[in-house]
Amino acid sequence: MSEPRRPLPRIDEETRGYWEAVVRHELFVQECGACRVRRFPPRAVCPACLSSSTTWIRASGRGTVYSFTVTHQNQAPGFRERLPYVLAVVELEEGVRLMTNLVGCAPDAVRIGMAVEVEWEDVTPEVTLPLFRPRP
Amino acid sequence: MSIWGKVAVAGVYEHPRRYAPDKTAYQLHAESARGALADAGLEIGDVDGLFTSGVGPIGILSLAQHLNLRPDYLDSQAIGGSSFVSHCLHAAAAIEAGLCSVALVTYGSTAASERFAIGTGGGGVGDPADHFETPFGPTIVGAYALCAQRHMHEYGTTSEQLAEIAVTMRKHAMLNPHAKYRDPITVDDVLASRMISSPLHLLDCCMISDGGGALVLTSSERARDLRKPVAVILGGAEAVRHHGIGTRDLLDVAARQSGPLAMARAGVSHADIDLCMVYDSYTITVLLTLEALGFCGPGEGGAFCGGGRLALGGDLPTNTDGGGLSSNHPGMRGIFLVIEAVRQLRGERGAAQVDGAEIALVHGTGGMLGQRHSGVTLVLGKA
Repeated sequence: MSEPRRPLPRIDEETRGYWEAVVRHELFVQECGACRVRRFPPRAVCPACLSSSTTWIRASGRGTVYSFTVTHQNQAPGFRERLPYVLAVVELEEGVRLMTNLVGCAPDAVRIGMAVEVEWEDVTPEVTLPLFRPRP
Repeated sequence: MSIWGKVAVAGVYEHPRRYAPDKTAYQLHAESARGALADAGLEIGDVDGLFTSGVGPIGILSLAQHLNLRPDYLDSQAIGGSSFVSHCLHAAAAIEAGLCSVALVTYGSTAASERFAIGTGGGGVGDPADHFETPFGPTIVGAYALCAQRHMHEYGTTSEQLAEIAVTMRKHAMLNPHAKYRDPITVDDVLASRMISSPLHLLDCCMISDGGGALVLTSSERARDLRKPVAVILGGAEAVRHHGIGTRDLLDVAARQSGPLAMARAGVSHADIDLCMVYDSYTITVLLTLEALGFCGPGEGGAFCGGGRLALGGDLPTNTDGGGLSSNHPGMRGIFLVIEAVRQLRGERGAAQVDGAEIALVHGTGGMLGQRHSGVTLVLGKA
């Protein structure tokens, strides 16, 4: 563990299902069992109708870049070693938008609308992070 | 029953220091409180309502103790940099409802002398959604950069257009002897400054300074008998935006809700506004805020903010003190927006005076645009 590490998510009762799936390299979004509204990040109660009935929908892992920024300054451990890195918001095929990093291409080559697919970064045995890379 | 027009800002004070390693944040609060009360012609013993944010987890209690106040009304609304604009709105309601009669709003910060990385720091606030963001290295400037990149993509907005906003703020700062940065800059200077988080360059970003400020509010009726010309709260509203169910729209800004509501409450239209004071954490913040307030259509902000329109002498003079980009930004700038608006309505600004300023619009942004953020709009008028 000499390499400085990104901050890891705190896994709690509302989000455990999501993070456990990501460790298996599966990406899920939630859908309300009552009103069918999809939501992200996961939470126990549907913000549209307050139902506790939840269905997990397996996402394809494909999406497009909704926006991005090439980060040149961040002195926090775990990030200063990666500068410059691409912070992005990706719109999944399932309709929700999530924050992530784009990897596998030069920062200068990133464009909004670019087709991307999930790439897994296994950080610890309990935590994997869904990153994205350009889709061929 | 309406509260609009019935409460006024009777005293203001902007601490002149931009770097104060010899002072504490509490001291800046206290010195600013002294200044604003003196400006109003009131005593500390007259204060029966206290409004503040940002001095620790139970900050308002700590501050009450520091100033030995025992107010009848406390409000530590904490919604980021817009908090102090919100305090004015809440104070107006409290005063008109009879919950207090003299409201003191204070702010103080030693962010610069503590070398606190604000914009390039993480920006996580410890809420559930953080855990789906902080592992990827978002910074505060990064959040605004995501908005700027999206606006450029949808509308063709350019870095040159954003840079012109920074140039205009600097021109205003050159007329402000207390401003931290007073050397002239050009669009090319902004574009040549180092990239912090694309497409935002160093000079697209507000500074980090120390600073403090305070406001005294009371009924318009009482304010008329005090020392200074009165600036009346004609209308106000606040709003919040966030990711909702996960379909975040980076260009949906809280000002879109609070702006029209505040203007309707004040009974004013865009043409009535003589100057704007909008939170300029970044150049893109000004553009997105003015768009959302309806001064121009969606996507038109780049062209709207150019051509000298936001400069003194232009159609919509904005941030006539030099803003957070050039005058001061101790972390939460909302109070300075109100202070400068009041000084303009009083006609106190000398070379930086907006001729015939009668109605000012103030808009504070708190949190991060494109993320969880607040927007508070106030319309202030000369009595």
